Amino acid sequence: MATLAGDNYRLRLALRYAVLILIAIIFIFPLIFMIVSSLKPDVQLLQDTSSLRAFLPVGDISFDNYKNASERAPIGLFMFNSVLVTGITVLLSLFFCSLAAFSFTFLSWRGREVQLSIIIATLIIPFETIAIPMLLLVSKLPWLSMGGVEWGWLNSYHVQIIPFIADGLTIFLFVQYFKDLPKELIEAARVEGASWWQIYRSIIIPLSGPVIATAAILKFLAMYNQYLWPIMVTQEEQYRPVLVGLQYFFQLNTAWGEVMAYLTLITLPVLAFYLVLQRSFIASIASTGVKG
Amino acid sequence: MANQGSRLTRQNLHGWLFALPGFGLMVMFVVIPFIFAIVFSLTNQRLISPNPTEFIGVENYSNLLGLGGLVIEPIKDDEGRWVLDSKGEYKYPRTRKFTRNNPDHPDIQGMKEWFSWQWDHKKVVVLASDPVFMKALVNTLTFVAVVAPIQSLIALCLALLINQRLRGINIFRTIYFMPVVVSIVVVSLLWRFIYDGQNGLLNSVLASLTFNHFEPVDWLGNPDTALGSIMVMSIWQAVGFHMVIWLSGLQTISPTLYEAAKIEGASSWQTFRYVTWPGLRNTAILVGIVITMQAFALFAQIDVMTNGGPLDSTQTIVFQAVERGYGKQDISGGSTLSVVLFVIVLSISLLQRFLTREKN
Repeated sequence: MATLAGDNYRLRLALRYAVLILIAIIFIFPLIFMIVSSLKPDVQLLQDTSSLRAFLPVGDISFDNYKNASERAPIGLFMFNSVLVTGITVLLSLFFCSLAAFSFTFLSWRGREVQLSIIIATLIIPFETIAIPMLLLVSKLPWLSMGGVEWGWLNSYHVQIIPFIADGLTIFLFVQYFKDLPKELIEAARVEGASWWQIYRSIIIPLSGPVIATAAILKFLAMYNQYLWPIMVTQEEQYRPVLVGLQYFFQLNTAWGEVMAYLTLITLPVLAFYLVLQRSFIASIASTGVKG
Repeated sequence: MANQGSRLTRQNLHGWLFALPGFGLMVMFVVIPFIFAIVFSLTNQRLISPNPTEFIGVENYSNLLGLGGLVIEPIKDDEGRWVLDSKGEYKYPRTRKFTRNNPDHPDIQGMKEWFSWQWDHKKVVVLASDPVFMKALVNTLTFVAVVAPIQSLIALCLALLINQRLRGINIFRTIYFMPVVVSIVVVSLLWRFIYDGQNGLLNSVLASLTFNHFEPVDWLGNPDTALGSIMVMSIWQAVGFHMVIWLSGLQTISPTLYEAAKIEGASSWQTFRYVTWPGLRNTAILVGIVITMQAFALFAQIDVMTNGGPLDSTQTIVFQAVERGYGKQDISGGSTLSVVLFVIVLSISLLQRFLTREKN
């Protein structure tokens, strides 16, 4: 009897794993296809899609696609642009959004509720719906003029950074987190004569590790994967991020092996980043849901 | 008293100062563009135009939303008999005869045929001022209506699966979430290989499963399957995100409740129905709202995979807004679409809030 129950248990366990593995295959196969295909010449790549060979690094395997792709487009420049724009936006966003949220949560001042409700209300405006008026806005905005040369907003780094520094979601996440911090800490510091800036800098921020990680990861994903806005505002190669760089690979005859190599190059850093920090990634998404 | 007053003023000053950069940027880059969208939608603004911009009231909206109907009698010959074509079907006068400069039908002036069907011997034609917009509207609503519930449900099933205590479960969780971190543009390009009409991976799999009895389908090139294919891919890409939100909801449910259910001898379905589901109420509301809003913003998949085709079967509101506002530099037309989308999203989120309100 005991062995029978044991067998039954083992069978059910095996079944559970079988289901989990089957689903895992569904989620991972396009990525394996991407990496494997990036190593194959075009003819073989297109032939292999009709069999399981599409997922196996077999046949004529080489890094030629990577070499050709890097000759076709300035990949290093695009990567640099993406990392620069994403990095600066994330840092500035963390600072200005947490500072605003600090003010909304801990300071009492006239107009606070109104400002906060406006910010929360913007959460339901999809970015795509304001992208076009925003394009017109930035095309009219002055930036700097020096020595008779006028610098505008189109074709620049700042046009990809400044509009995305403050966003409703990041401010909202910080406000939610700050609300749960003990108020006594702040009152005690006020009694001892600390300024609001000191309280923000030396008490609140050191306590905010988890929410900073959450906000940083969500912002990082959103910025690195930006598509519509950079297409509209970067006509010049010099400022283009990685996803806009894709256009270089879709000309008269698309070389699919090179496309796969490029996709692999721009995706692997994010995947690596995710695999290293996967606990924080998942915790950060989860924390947006805890409050409801 | 004086001291109190000055302290409050100083708090006012600091409050303003700290909030100003964040709030100012949001006003500049969210609120003002949004107000611009509303204003432009009432004008004939274009990106570059030799003519000055004029206020034209709600004309953009009537050009977009105008609907009309028409019942057309078959053509009769001189003796009053219906004329049949070579296939034995009735012949109808062209719709254009009624909608172009026809003094008897001023209300449908300039409209085009959206769709039609036969009713007895008559032909019923539904007309729209902008049939492409109407198709985009219907496609977007279909996409939301299909993707939102299915994606929520699959995400919940995955969360329940991942919430088991098994060795190595973290590896599976990591894999299921992986598509979320990959750009939707990259994902859409990869899935073009899956959906390809000739050597596509999907066709190959279906052919080998049915021992070559399956006729290859050009999934993205066929108006009947294109939108469905994009739905499947979109669910695949985003479901991990919502799985994690469900998972966090599941983990807030106290283990003692499960123990109690076990002692009472509840079946797994009963445990889910009376312990798990009630504990997920708030999570369900959140998942519902987030998925709905993401689904309404459907754009990149269309741009990379189909460009709205074939035969407008994958047009969406956002894709049309971008195509008109940016592609055709018709700022007012694109803005009008944006405002219409915003009104729809707003009404749906108010409706969701009303339906899920706390009942006292």
